[in-house]
Amino acid sequence: MASSQTYSRINRFSAQRAVGRVVIYAAMVVIALLVILPLVWTFATSLRVPRDSFTLPPKWIPTDWKWSNYADVFDSVPFGTYVFNSLKVTSLIVLGQVVTCSMAAYAFARLRFPFKNALFLLLMSSLMIPVFVTIIPVFALVRAIGLVDNHASLILPSVTSAFGVFLLRQFFMTIPTELDEAAVIDGAPPWEVFVRVIVPLGAPGIAVLAILSFNGFWNEYFRPLIFLNSFDNFTIPLGLVALRGFMGTGNIAIVAAGIMMATVPVVVVLMTMQRYLIEGIAMTGLKG
Amino acid sequence: MAQTNTPAVHITKPSTRMSGMRAMRVREAVTGYLFVLPTLVGFLVFALGPMLFSAYLSLHEWEIFSPPKFVGLDNFKFLPEDTRFTAGFVNTLKFVVAVVAMNTTLALGAAVGLQTKMPTVLRNFFRTSYFLPVVMSMTSVAIILSFLFHKEFGIVNYYLGLVGIEKVPWLASSSYALSSVVLATVWKTFGFDMILFSAALNNVPKHFYEAAEIDGAGPWQRFWRITVPQISPSIFFATVIGIISHFQVFDAAYLMTRGGPGDATRTLVMTIYEDAFGSLRLGYGSAMAMILFVIVMVLTIFQFKWGQKLVHYQ
Repeated sequence: MASSQTYSRINRFSAQRAVGRVVIYAAMVVIALLVILPLVWTFATSLRVPRDSFTLPPKWIPTDWKWSNYADVFDSVPFGTYVFNSLKVTSLIVLGQVVTCSMAAYAFARLRFPFKNALFLLLMSSLMIPVFVTIIPVFALVRAIGLVDNHASLILPSVTSAFGVFLLRQFFMTIPTELDEAAVIDGAPPWEVFVRVIVPLGAPGIAVLAILSFNGFWNEYFRPLIFLNSFDNFTIPLGLVALRGFMGTGNIAIVAAGIMMATVPVVVVLMTMQRYLIEGIAMTGLKG
Repeated sequence: MAQTNTPAVHITKPSTRMSGMRAMRVREAVTGYLFVLPTLVGFLVFALGPMLFSAYLSLHEWEIFSPPKFVGLDNFKFLPEDTRFTAGFVNTLKFVVAVVAMNTTLALGAAVGLQTKMPTVLRNFFRTSYFLPVVMSMTSVAIILSFLFHKEFGIVNYYLGLVGIEKVPWLASSSYALSSVVLATVWKTFGFDMILFSAALNNVPKHFYEAAEIDGAGPWQRFWRITVPQISPSIFFATVIGIISHFQVFDAAYLMTRGGPGDATRTLVMTIYEDAFGSLRLGYGSAMAMILFVIVMVLTIFQFKWGQKLVHYQ
C-alpha cells in the first residue's frame, strides 16, 4: 500500500501526466463544443430576422430577438396539431407497451406454463426482424383494413414490443421470489401477485421501458412517412420536414424556430430522466 | 418442463393436497397464457406473419391492386443488375464501416475521458452533452446539420475557409455527400456507444490499474493492456449492434440528400422504400427486404454464438 502511494504520488506530479490530463480535457471540451455549437447556432438563428438567417461570420448570440419567428411557424404549418398528434400516437403506444410488456414479462419471468421457453425464444427471434423488412406486408395489412392515413396504423403494430418484454423480464427477475411466495401463501392468485408485488417493485424497470419507448416513437420518421398522407395527420418529425419544404433558404430562421419548439421541451424532460435511458441502454444495448 | 419436479415433501393426505396443487398449477398456466396473449397476437400479426408474407412476396410480382404473380427467383436474379440497388448496397457498406469505426473510436475516447478524475458537475456536463444528440430526432439533426453543411452559407465551410480550405460542396457533390451523412450520423449516435462503454468501464476493477501503475505502465499501455481487453466484450457487442442498426440507415440519408446526388447516398433501405412505395413494385421491394433480413439475422446469430468465444480474457 505504502509503495503504491509513493509511486502514484511521483506519477501524479510528473509533467508527462499533467500533459496527458490537459490533452484529455481538451479533447473532451472539443467534442462537447462540436455537439453543443450546432444547437447554439440553431437557437441564435431562430431569433434572427429571417432574411439574415445565414449571416456570415456566424453570430452565436441572438441579436434581433425576433420571437415572432416562433409565431410564424404556426402560420406556416398547423404546428399545434402536430404536437397533439405526436402526443396522442406516442402516449398510446407507450401505454400499450407498458401494459402488454409488463404482463408478458411477468408471465415469462415467474409463471409456469407449457411451452413457455419455446414461446419466449420465438418472441425474442423477432428482435432481429428490422421494421424495414416487414413494412411492405404491414402496409398492405394497414391498407386492407382501411387504416391508411389513420393514427391507428402507427399505434396498433407497436402496442406491444419484444424488446419491452425482454427488458422488463430482466428487471422482474431481479425481484426476490420470496416476495411473491409470501403473497402466494396468503392465497393471492397470480394476477394479484403481479399487481401487488411485481408492478410496484418493478416500477423502475417499467419507467425505463416507458421512457425509451417514448423517445423512440416520438422521434419516429419512417413509418409516419409511409402511413400518413394528409397534412393534418402529420406528427412532429413529418411536420418539421414539411416546414423546411415550405421555406426557402431565406427563411431558415423560421425552420430553426420550429426545431427549437420541437426539440427543447422534450429533450429537457428526457435529459432530466437520462438515468433511466442510460440504464436501459446499458442493460440491453438497444434503444427500444 | 413446467409439469415436472414437484418437490418431494412428505404429504399426509396425497389426494386432496395434490388436487389443490393441480388447481393452482392450472390457474397459473391459464394466467400465464392470458398474460402473454396480447404480446403473442401482436407478434403473430405484425412480426411473424408479415415476415412470412414478405418472404412469399419476394418470389412474386405485386402492384397491390391485382393479385401477386409468381415469378420464382426473378426478383433476386435482377438485383445484381439493378444499379440503384448495387449502388445502395455499396453505399450502405461504406456508410456502416465509416460510422461504426468513428463511433467506436469517439465513444471509447469519450468514455475513457469521463473516467478521469474531475468535479462531478463537469463530468455530468460532458456526459450530458455527449448523450444529448442520442435523444434528439434524426429529423431535427438532419435539418440542422444540412444548414451547417450548406456550401455557400454554411458555417462549416466558413470556419474551414478561415484556415484556408476552399468551400467544400458537402451535400451537393457525389464525392462528399456520403461523408456528410456519415458525419451527421456519428454526431447523433456516438453517445449511444459511449453509454455502453461507460457501463463496461465502471466494472473494471480499479486495482488492475493500480497494479499496472506500480509496474510502471504508462497511460497508453494501461489503455491497450487493461482497458481494451477488459471491455472487449462490450466493444464487440457495440460493434455488432452498430453494424446491425446502421445497416438500416434511412432517415439521415433521405432527409439530407434524398439519396443523391445521383446515387451517391442511396442506401439499401432507401431502395426498398423507393421501389415498394414509390414505384409500387412490392414484390421486388420485398426481395431487397429479404436481403436486409438475412444480413441482420446472420449478424445477430454471429453475435449470439461467438460473442463470448471470440472476445475473452486470456
